[in-house]
Amino acid sequence: MPLSTDETGPQWRRRTAREDVLSWFGWATGLAVVGGCFFLISEKTIWEFVWSAPREAADLGARMVPPDWSYSSQLWRPLWDTFNIATLGTGLALVISVPVAFCAARNTTPSTAIARPLALFVIASSRSINSLIWALLLVVIVGPGVFAGVLAIALRSIGFCGKLLYEAIEEIDVPPVEAVTATGASSGQVLTYGVVPQVMTAFAGISVFRWDINIRESTILGLVGAGGIGLQLSASINNLDWSRVAVILLAILGTVIVSEWLSAKVRGALS
Amino acid sequence: MTDHVSDGLVEPSQRTWAPPRLIPNARLRWFIALAIGLYLAAAFGTLDINWERVAEGWPRAQRFFSGFVPPDFLSRQGAILDGLLESLWMTAAATALGVLLSIPIAIGGARNASPLPIYMACRAVMALSRTFHEVLIAIFFVKLFGFGPFAGMATLTLATVGFYAKLLAEDIEAIDRSQAEAIRSTGASWLQWLDYAIRPQVRPRAIGLAVYRLDINFRESAIIGIVGAGGIGATLNTAFDRYEFDTAAAILLIIIVIVMAAEYASGAIRRRVQ
Repeated sequence: MPLSTDETGPQWRRRTAREDVLSWFGWATGLAVVGGCFFLISEKTIWEFVWSAPREAADLGARMVPPDWSYSSQLWRPLWDTFNIATLGTGLALVISVPVAFCAARNTTPSTAIARPLALFVIASSRSINSLIWALLLVVIVGPGVFAGVLAIALRSIGFCGKLLYEAIEEIDVPPVEAVTATGASSGQVLTYGVVPQVMTAFAGISVFRWDINIRESTILGLVGAGGIGLQLSASINNLDWSRVAVILLAILGTVIVSEWLSAKVRGALS
Repeated sequence: MTDHVSDGLVEPSQRTWAPPRLIPNARLRWFIALAIGLYLAAAFGTLDINWERVAEGWPRAQRFFSGFVPPDFLSRQGAILDGLLESLWMTAAATALGVLLSIPIAIGGARNASPLPIYMACRAVMALSRTFHEVLIAIFFVKLFGFGPFAGMATLTLATVGFYAKLLAEDIEAIDRSQAEAIRSTGASWLQWLDYAIRPQVRPRAIGLAVYRLDINFRESAIIGIVGAGGIGATLNTAFDRYEFDTAAAILLIIIVIVMAAEYASGAIRRRVQ
């Protein structure tokens, strides 16, 4: 705590003078950068459209109410597809990410020279591309539909699950592994009896966590043609059929809330 | 430990041992396995996959991946640079604005700093802004504000509020109470209490979260362009629509490099602050 002395005695101050200057300088730089960004964005914005937003919103709201409830009977199939995209995608990702994670973890990798960097590369490249971009790519390759969606979700989730899982593997307790090794177990047995039981809970938690995220993601994949309820959504938006859009949004809202509740419940039971 | 034969009457050589199961209840375990089996049957039974079209994908995939060697950075150079800069502006502006808006909401949403009605209202704001995917919000903001980076910035700001306010509120709730009480007992006003008891305790985490969100916002800015909210995503979508795979490959590579660099930098900064 820096102190300065004046005629009334010692005064407590939060920072030294040097820290004060540095802090002001930091704030000024930050403000300049953000201000510059706002300016550049506003250059590219047609402000009349922005100012008319409240009117637009009111108009949109009026068109959405009342929702076209009769349309909801046609939504079960797209919702089932959405659920399948998320679930099968997560399943496929888990199947692939387990060996990748074991190769990436420092304590279980078969070789630090080849397998580990390769596994880390798979994880990093899968993580840095969003599932919507994967979907964009896959729709061109395998054609529009549910299959592209499943693959897009899986490709994005491999990195996520692989990363969390290999971190869990690296954090395991060493003594049980040593104890199993000391009995003369083969490396496969060490894995199944020493390592796997320790990361099982983490594995289950990670899968449910990612599944929940994937439900949310799979609702939009249809916008680029990769199946699920997003297809209906983009069709209704293109037809300016806002009372149907309202029903679809409510269906998405319900699905997301249920999946979040379920995932929280399962994760609560695991811990 | 499940010792299947635990009475000492059996020869040790006949004893078996099985590692503990994730779900100890055998009935529940079988039920879950059965449910998964039924689900898989139902899912694959109803999955509508056009295998002929999938088989046709191979030459297309080859064409796409041959676009990566070499990727074409140059022929759409201007558009790529424009989209990239737009993404960066959107990211910076939305993170700053979002964090600024989040702070009062986070304080309102922390049970130890606010009365119940305000707490409920702020928690409702957080839950609402987290429910819908960024892309869905972007669709509506594009509708309201017109095409371009402003809609993107608004989307990312809202998404930032949902994320940042929630985590910050949880952080405020988890502070060390004795320090907060000490400040309060000096007769500090509520604002002084916030400034001297809460702020120093949550500062490192708050900075770390902001940096983390900056990183997430860049990733998101790369996709909301697909629905018209500006940024590099718009450029990428155009490249795909024109089947210009070499340009698309170039854009993807740029995104990957920036995302990895941002992740590395944000990880390093967070480790230093926290």
